[in-house]
Formats: sequence, C-alpha cells, structure tokens
Amino acid sequence: MSIWNPHFECMVKDELKQLELERLQATLNRVYRSVAFYRKLFDQVGLVPDEINSLEELARIPFTGKTTLRQSYPYEMFAVPLRDVVRLQCTSGTTGEPIVVGYTRNDLVHWTEVGARVLCAGGVTKDDVVQICFDYSLFGGGLGFHYGAELIGASVIPGSNLDPARQVVIARDYRTTTLIATPGFGLRVAAVIREKGLSPADIYLRRGLFTGEPFSEVTRKQIEDELNIKATDNYGLSEIAWPGVAAECEKKKGLHIFEDQFIPEIIDPQTEEVLPLGKKGELVLTTIAKEAFPLIRYRTGDITVLDVSPCECGRTLVRMRKVSGRTDEMVTINGVSFFPSQIGHIFSEILGVEPRSCLVIDRRGDQEIVKILVQVSEEIFFDEMKKFQNLKSRVEREIYRDLGISAEVKLVEPDSFARETEGKRVIDKRERS
Amino acid sequence: MLIIRNLRSYYGRMQALKGVSLHVEEGEIVALIGANGAGKTTLLNSIVGLVPSLTGQILFLNADITHQSPQEIIRMGVSLVPEGRQLFAPLTVMENLTLGAYQRYRREKKSKIKSDLDTILERFPILKERGSQVAGTLSGGEQQMLAVGRALMSRPKLLLLDEPSMGLAPLVAAQIFQIISELHQQGTTILLVEQNTGAAFKVSNRTYVIETGRVVLQGTPEELVHNREIKRAYLGREYKKVWE
Repeated sequence: MSIWNPHFECMVKDELKQLELERLQATLNRVYRSVAFYRKLFDQVGLVPDEINSLEELARIPFTGKTTLRQSYPYEMFAVPLRDVVRLQCTSGTTGEPIVVGYTRNDLVHWTEVGARVLCAGGVTKDDVVQICFDYSLFGGGLGFHYGAELIGASVIPGSNLDPARQVVIARDYRTTTLIATPGFGLRVAAVIREKGLSPADIYLRRGLFTGEPFSEVTRKQIEDELNIKATDNYGLSEIAWPGVAAECEKKKGLHIFEDQFIPEIIDPQTEEVLPLGKKGELVLTTIAKEAFPLIRYRTGDITVLDVSPCECGRTLVRMRKVSGRTDEMVTINGVSFFPSQIGHIFSEILGVEPRSCLVIDRRGDQEIVKILVQVSEEIFFDEMKKFQNLKSRVEREIYRDLGISAEVKLVEPDSFARETEGKRVIDKRERS
Repeated sequence: MLIIRNLRSYYGRMQALKGVSLHVEEGEIVALIGANGAGKTTLLNSIVGLVPSLTGQILFLNADITHQSPQEIIRMGVSLVPEGRQLFAPLTVMENLTLGAYQRYRREKKSKIKSDLDTILERFPILKERGSQVAGTLSGGEQQMLAVGRALMSRPKLLLLDEPSMGLAPLVAAQIFQIISELHQQGTTILLVEQNTGAAFKVSNRTYVIETGRVVLQGTPEELVHNREIKRAYLGREYKKVWE
C-alpha cells in the first residue's frame, strides 16, 4: 500500500514540529482577530496569541467544548464571512442543538486531501471501485469520503443510505472492490450476502474502511472473515473532518493522526490535565489549517492513547489507539468509574464475539443493583442451561475482578431487548442526588 | 536552511515583530507578503543582523545566528538585496559589483571571484554594457539588476530580496521576476519580500502573509490565491457579521 502524501506523512519530526508551530501561531492570530469567542477566551485568562511560543504552551489555552459549539449556532464560531464559505455541513442534533460547520474552498481542498490519505492508507487506488454507504446529506459523512476517493481516481459509487440488500446488489453488479461503511453496516451486508447465497466469485470486495462506531478487534476479525476482505479503521469527527483526522495503515497498529493539519493532546477528562505520552485519556484536537471553522483545544470526548514510536509503514505521524470509549459514556458505580465498552471487551474475550448489551443500573436502599442485559443471537444462544450458567459465572467473575462491581448477566430475546433498552447502552435508573 | 522561531524585533520601545515563526528549505523560494508597515523589511534586516534589539531564534544551516554580526552572517552565506536598492551611487557598476565580493578577497583565489563576475555580467548584459557608468545614473530596472548582481557576488546560499519590483514599471518588474525565477531554477534558495502579491504567487513555492508583526496565514500559491484574508490583511475587515 502506498502513502498518499509522503511529504507530510513521512516528514522528519523536527520539520513537522516547526510546521505545526508556524501553523498554530498563524491560526491563533486569526481566531483572536476574527472569532469573538476566542478573543473573549484569551482575554479571560489574560493571554495573547503572541505568548504561545511552543507546542507545549498550547496547554495554557482553555478548552473548547461541544456545549460552546452548540451555543454558537449557527455561525458564531466562523472565522471568515459566509460568502467565503462554500460548504455547510451539520452534525446530527440527537443530543442537543446541532452544530453547523463551514468550509472555505481551501478547507475543502484540505479535507479532500486528508480523505485521500485515509483511503490510500486503507489500500485504495485508482483501480478500485469504491462504494460509499454513508448518508450524503447535510448530516452524513458520504461527501467526505466521496471527494477523497475521486481525488485518488477510483470509481466512486455514492451508495449513500440505501438498505443493505440494495447495496449488495449494487456491489455485485458494479463489481465493488472497496466498501465504506460503519462496522455494524458491514456485518449487515455480510448477512445479506449469506442469505442470498452468493458465492465469493460473485463478489469482488477486497477491502473495507469502517468508521463511525466503536470497532473492536473481535468485530474486525468477524467482518474480515464474513466478507473475505481486509478491514481498516479510521477516525474523524464532523466538527473537524469526517473522515480525515486519523487512519489505520496496513500494519493495523494504531491510527496515524495527520499532524500537519491537527495537533493532538491527551487529557484526563476529570482534572483536565495534559497527560504524558502513553497514558489513556480524552483526545483534544487543535486545527492548524482550517480557515472557516478553526477549533482550538477541542475536547472530542473520545478516549484513546498516543504512540510516537516509529511505524513500520514509514509514516512518522503519531498514532492513536482505536477509540475505546467516550467520556460521556463513563459510568460510576460504588465509586468505581468505567466505560460500558469495557464490559463489551470482557464479553468478546470470553465468548469470542461482542453481543449487543445494555447496562441497567438501579438503586435499592443504599445498594446499587447492576444488571447486564445481553441480546440473544446466533452466537449467544444456549440450549443447555448448564452451559449458559457456566459462561454467566465466568463473565460475572471477570467483571468483578476487572471492574470491581457485582453485576448480573441476563439473556433477553431480541424483541424484549429492543423494547427494554430502546437502543441505549446504559440505563441509569438511580435518582439524581 | 533557515528556521525562525518566535522572532520579536524592536526599534527602541516599538515592537515591529511579535513572535514570527517561519522556515525556508533549501532550494525553495518563499515569499513574505503584507501591507506597508507589516514588518517585512524588519524581518529581513533581523535575519542579517541589522536589528540590534531582538529575541527569539534564527537558525541558518543549523547554526544559531540570532545575535551574530552582519559580517559573520554574510560570510556564512546570506546575502541581502535591500529595499530601495541602496547602491553605492557615486561608484561605477563594476565597482559596485566587485565590492559585493569584498568578504571573499582574502579567502579565495582572485580568479574564482573574477569568473563569478563574468558569469554575472553574462546574465545581465546591460551591466556589462554600462560597466563604467556611475551607478546613480542607471535606470530603475538597471539599478535593480545591479543590486541583485552585487548580492550574488558574495556567492550566497540564501538570497534575501526586499521588494525588488518597487518603483519599477510593470514590464521591468516582470523582467526582474523572470531573473528571480531563473536564479531559483538554478538552485539559489530565496526569501522574497513583496507587496506585489500576484508576482509573489507566480514565482514562489510557499508564501507567508504578515500583518502588524504577526504571521496570519501561510500556504502554497494555489491555497492563497483564492483567500480573501489577504485582501483583508491589506485593506482591513469589510464585514461586521459573518453573514454580511
């Protein structure tokens, strides 16, 4: 697999640091001048952009959070006049007010460029037929992948949000080689291929790039086996670039962050302290090439670890581990904090697959009652009570050992599961104190 | 080749540069554009050691030249074509040129310097023609060529040019930029300060935009040519609300 832009992706570290410093300073000068929020933020802490003389000093600037972006709806965070903005996209507003993101012509060029880097890292070349199964609307990530794929010169199919059955027909007939979707969608596509009884000869799929959802190694292996493809991960966020912040190379040992465009930091989500390299914490990103919607120290809410050791692929860019959870998913029971994804991980290890589960927390008196509802499926079905009991005990023991909480595992039929959980991963019935 | 970090330059109590960081790689031609008074000339003068009061870091070929003397910096391979040419007006063209190599006379063979002089005269035939003419009586374009020739006589690794097209008729300015482009193609690394953004974009690999002593934008000509921030940097903001 080749590297789309070796000049930046394989840049010598010293040069990269100088480039980052220059771009950061220019960005700070611009936002101070053009974005009221940032001028106020700086003034509040008695700082001027001139004082940021190194990448480490970035830590002196307060964070920007999602709440701020929501409160700035629609255009308050824009750093250029609307007439310079050539694209408007929006994050879905399911958990609050939507956030409008703008792109100038240059921003689109850069977004296309990082999109191409992501696809190239996943092995896409101009000879590929790429099917993009993401929504192409205001809210979707379809366009991001689309421009990048076109830049590479692949044959691009805007599959958008057609259902899996139709996507499969298209993939079969148009000879799609590369699938771009969420991991969940990838598995649904695999299910359709199985149901239709299609043979490997009918399907030309060779690889897939999956994003938009947490994606364990167990799930990756499942996708790769069921679709007979190589699957890679990539990371982005609509407020900054989706896709385009980081991408897994063929070595599959972390996602390379495009540091010439985004400066990453890891912080402790509670204390907000910057953590040393190698520690797990919340990813904070600062855009250094964005014109219309620059963000300084934006808290992504995603938990990961950074690794600066050199990668065998040749890229010198820092790597982030697959996102292991979100800060807003963090749960505290009996004084212990953890992420529901950690429970999912335990299931994967013991069962070999990660089932759909939901954590239900309730309080009776001063006792916290924890139930883990697990949806019955092909892999999670036990005809023998004894088998189930054994596995249940094992999981409950592991959870107690790893997380320090006593939880009861319950199997639930799919219909009841959907009804009881409403698609949530955590249901916290405890009264707010 | 040239790395600048957090450069702050002062004229007495007046701060002309407020933390400028930039770099020029070997073989590149980098342009620095900005309005009058933005700090462009101060930046070039800071590099060659003509601004006594400054802080920050200037590295040339990995050596720290931040507080070095101008003589030492020229000797290391930096040469400046100053704003307004600043020729030795009462001296002849030939005298101006040979003075450009004054640092080299005790260190190198005269024959080598002579051969460089011949090369420059070949490149600028008009200077050969007017060899014994007094520099102050040359036309604007000829003076600019002489200033460039004089700077080249020191065999610079990095050539700094301060508004080479200033005060020149458009056709003559185009000629000068043609020469700059040729110099670059032949391997000279160049840092060019210009108010003429169009010309700067045509000739440079990368450009920095400076506004009141700070870098506000940088990128390749393709990236910057569409960017209205530059117009705003020169003319001021033209909107109050984003949607105006």
